Amino acid sequence: MSGEVLLEARNIGKRFGGVQALKDVSLTIRAREIYGLIGPNGAGKTTFFNVMTGLYPRDGGEVLFGGVPLELGTPYLVAQAGIARTFQNIRLFGNMTAIENVMVGRHVRTHVGVFGAILRTPGQRAEEAAIRRRADELLHYVGISHRANDLARNLSYGDQRRLEIARALATEPQLLALDEPAAGMNATETVALRKLIEGLRADGLTVLLIEHDVKLVMGLCDRVAVLDYGEKIAEDVPGVVQKDPKVIEAYLGAGGD
Amino acid sequence: MSTKKWFGLALVVLALLALPLVLTSVGTAWVRITNLAILFVFLALGLNIVVGMAGLLDLGYIAFFAVGAYVYALLASPHFGLHLPFWIILPLGALFAGMAGAILGAPTLRLRGDYLAIVTLGFGEIVRIFMNNLSQPFNITNGPKGITLIDGLNVAGMNFTATHTLFGIPFTGPAKYYYVLLILLTLVIVVNLRLQKSRIGRAWVAIREDELAAKAAGINTRNMKLLAFAMGASFGGTAGGMFAAMQGFVSPESFILHESILVLAMVVLGGMGNVWGVLAGAMLLSFVPEFLRYTVEPVQQMLFGKLLVDPEVLRMLIFGGALVLTMRFRPAGLWPESRHKLEMNEEK
Ligand SMILES: Nc1ncnc2c1ncn2[C@@H]1O[C@H](COP(=O)(O)OP(=O)(O)O)[C@@H](O)[C@H]1O
Ligand SMILES: [Mg+2]
Repeated sequence: MSGEVLLEARNIGKRFGGVQALKDVSLTIRAREIYGLIGPNGAGKTTFFNVMTGLYPRDGGEVLFGGVPLELGTPYLVAQAGIARTFQNIRLFGNMTAIENVMVGRHVRTHVGVFGAILRTPGQRAEEAAIRRRADELLHYVGISHRANDLARNLSYGDQRRLEIARALATEPQLLALDEPAAGMNATETVALRKLIEGLRADGLTVLLIEHDVKLVMGLCDRVAVLDYGEKIAEDVPGVVQKDPKVIEAYLGAGGD
Repeated sequence: MSTKKWFGLALVVLALLALPLVLTSVGTAWVRITNLAILFVFLALGLNIVVGMAGLLDLGYIAFFAVGAYVYALLASPHFGLHLPFWIILPLGALFAGMAGAILGAPTLRLRGDYLAIVTLGFGEIVRIFMNNLSQPFNITNGPKGITLIDGLNVAGMNFTATHTLFGIPFTGPAKYYYVLLILLTLVIVVNLRLQKSRIGRAWVAIREDELAAKAAGINTRNMKLLAFAMGASFGGTAGGMFAAMQGFVSPESFILHESILVLAMVVLGGMGNVWGVLAGAMLLSFVPEFLRYTVEPVQQMLFGKLLVDPEVLRMLIFGGALVLTMRFRPAGLWPESRHKLEMNEEK
């Protein structure tokens, strides 16, 4: 698994008032790998996602994606560059249907503007049909096509997580970043999720995975980085990371999280 | 569409076409009232894009109505001695209002909810105050006195202020405006419906639902919000131009905060985001007060033999009470957006 480098974060720093949430974090994700990001609660994993996807301004450092620096601070450009994400505390468009949620994800890859929409040009109609078709396929792919016309907020927890993944996939990412996708899922749902992630990789995607479920991470990831108090304390294949004394210390120190 | 549907549609169209003739026989005032109601529907549908779809609470919307009205007034009145044709001024008014919308929207991009409401409220007032004071050092707006003798519409040599007789049927000025307004209304409804079911409309609703998630999903929220402000404002501007042409007179006092709130009430009462709901809300809030105006007094006379409560007070009391009750029992509006309805049914 040694593809070329897809994402390279260099010395990312982020401070919230007195809290140094990220301190000189550098990591390298290769194309088509499943890369795990773990660490005790409050270690800065979600903050890393937020900075990487441009939702939060960073204090220092840069992120190269495919060798090109990302315009951090403009999330839609990050999405356009090919990074999609999900949220730890699911963030769907609650009053839109499931399929509409996915259709929103197509926005960044489609073009028709106001006048096309008002005039219903042939181009607009063709694009709209393509958007719907693709959204439909993606709902099938994540296994919730039977809920296509239900409001997102009425879906079960597990289905909402899947819907969020479908919406992220709709942006045609190269890198899919998942923030604790298994949180709150039962054992069956977790197994299905694992299959889904493996399938994504088989289809050519790179996955960055924040996860609390250590068993899932160790079983699924090619490489794992460990954050503790905003610093990267380890980065290696799961077998090595698991035995790293610093990692064991961090987890035990945080109360065996 | 099935034949039955076509037939129904044809009936509705015929009824709408015959309406001013019927109303004229009741009294020309009712044609004017209807025209004003259509203008308000137009405004409400414009505001629906901003508030209903994109979720941006705008309390200064009437400012764009004012911009459109003044553009028309300045370019078609003796004030500057300009008398440009309406088919140039109306689009120009929409354009100017749209630009004003984007300009006023730009500084508010980071604001939401109450804060946005306060700032837009301020902008609305600023525009009105400008109109009030731009009479010095150069007299642009003629200040509080307003602009008079504005040209009416003039289509193919037919002056809209006079009565024309066609096939033996007299068409008064207001009746003719009615038909123009009907055409414009049809257009604004089609635009609303088409936007709603488009990539742009979905982006607006996504921003309304969760702006951060919309950003992360790849939406350029800044541009989309500016677009919503500009689109909504350009509808307001078009309505303003028609208003100036119909009234022949504009002055700053037509564009007070109260009007912004009235239009917002129409959107909220009808059901934010639902075109038909908003249309119904605007119709109700336009007609009910007028209807009460003509009934409150006679009904009291009939019941008690004398006038007990001042009609104006009672009218507003009934009106306000009805609004409060509606919001209490149908918080999502009378005809909410179908997505909301879906959800409410499920909760039952
Ligand atoms: N928006 C924010 N404002 C202030 N502090 C924050 C914010 N987001 C995260 N933090 C703080 O940054 C640290 C890292 O949080 P987070 O990245 O959410 O951790 P993790 O996802 O690893 O559990 C925590 O101390 C948290 O309280
Ligand atoms: Mg987190």
